Amino acid sequence: MSASDLSHDHGHELGAQMPHGSKKSYVTGFVLSVILTVIPFGVVMAGGFASAQMTGILVLACAVVQMVVHIIYFLHMSPKAQQGWVLSAMAFTIIVLVIAVVGTIWVMLNMDSYMMPGMDGGRLSDG
Amino acid sequence: MSTEVLTAPTDERVFHLEQEPEHPEGTSTALGFWIYLMSDCLIFATLFATFAVLGGNYAGGPTPKEIFELPLVAVNTAMLLLSSITYGFAMLSMQDKDLSGVIRWLLITACFGAAFLCIELYEFYHLIHEGAGPQRSAFLSSFFALVGTHGLHVTFGLIWLFTLVVQLRKHGLSPANERRVECLSMFWHFLDVIWIGVFTFVYLFGMI
Repeated sequence: MSASDLSHDHGHELGAQMPHGSKKSYVTGFVLSVILTVIPFGVVMAGGFASAQMTGILVLACAVVQMVVHIIYFLHMSPKAQQGWVLSAMAFTIIVLVIAVVGTIWVMLNMDSYMMPGMDGGRLSDG
Repeated sequence: MSTEVLTAPTDERVFHLEQEPEHPEGTSTALGFWIYLMSDCLIFATLFATFAVLGGNYAGGPTPKEIFELPLVAVNTAMLLLSSITYGFAMLSMQDKDLSGVIRWLLITACFGAAFLCIELYEFYHLIHEGAGPQRSAFLSSFFALVGTHGLHVTFGLIWLFTLVVQLRKHGLSPANERRVECLSMFWHFLDVIWIGVFTFVYLFGMI
């Protein structure tokens, strides 16, 4: 914990452990979130781009950026919070999350493609 | 130090210090709560993975394009986003030691949260009424499991919020109550982050 954090915490004694946001940071986060919500909804509701892949990439990009905006401006994540433990807990979670999600999709799609033609339920085999 | 404790001529073996010298009460609550949120995040990760695998299996039933109404989802997203910023204002009031402000903003947050839940319940009721209930296809089972779990979290968040308002009215902005308001703030904003994933991967990707 840096010296500035220590002096900040001194005033609150026990109440404050997480870094606090200012009005400016909340409003900035809110405005950015509104923009990043309106863009994907607007594009998809207007029918999307000619290539569905393009639309997908845009929607995904907006979601990832908005999650980061929420984590920074609403959850006040910073590398210094709780001597870095908050950030390392999140990094570990993201690693496990990626292994679980990507691993599941990979394994299950692989199984699908090995299914005998005509067997029920294969997403790839029956389109 | 451990050998010192073991060889000490006391009747009882003491393996811990009487008081943790460097950890006043509550300093690690935020980190502990954050770790809970991360474990909750993994629950949602598995539900998202399930939806990713099963979301395309319609079993001859309705597809996302036939049953999802994006305007309704957009209103729902707005409700949750507005509740996030009003919770932010509650946090700012707390920094100013303004008790009535905290309670007022918390109740406004609760209104938006309740509106979100009502719209979601209406959507679920509508789907089940149309014969698109969770038992219809693997796609709908995984949809109800994922979105329902999120809705359940919002419900518990609301119960927590009302409990907190009662505690605030009774005990004011004590250090313990401030800690609770902070933890609920993390929980509430975390649910909004999960909702970004839900509307992106379930609703918008379903309509592309």
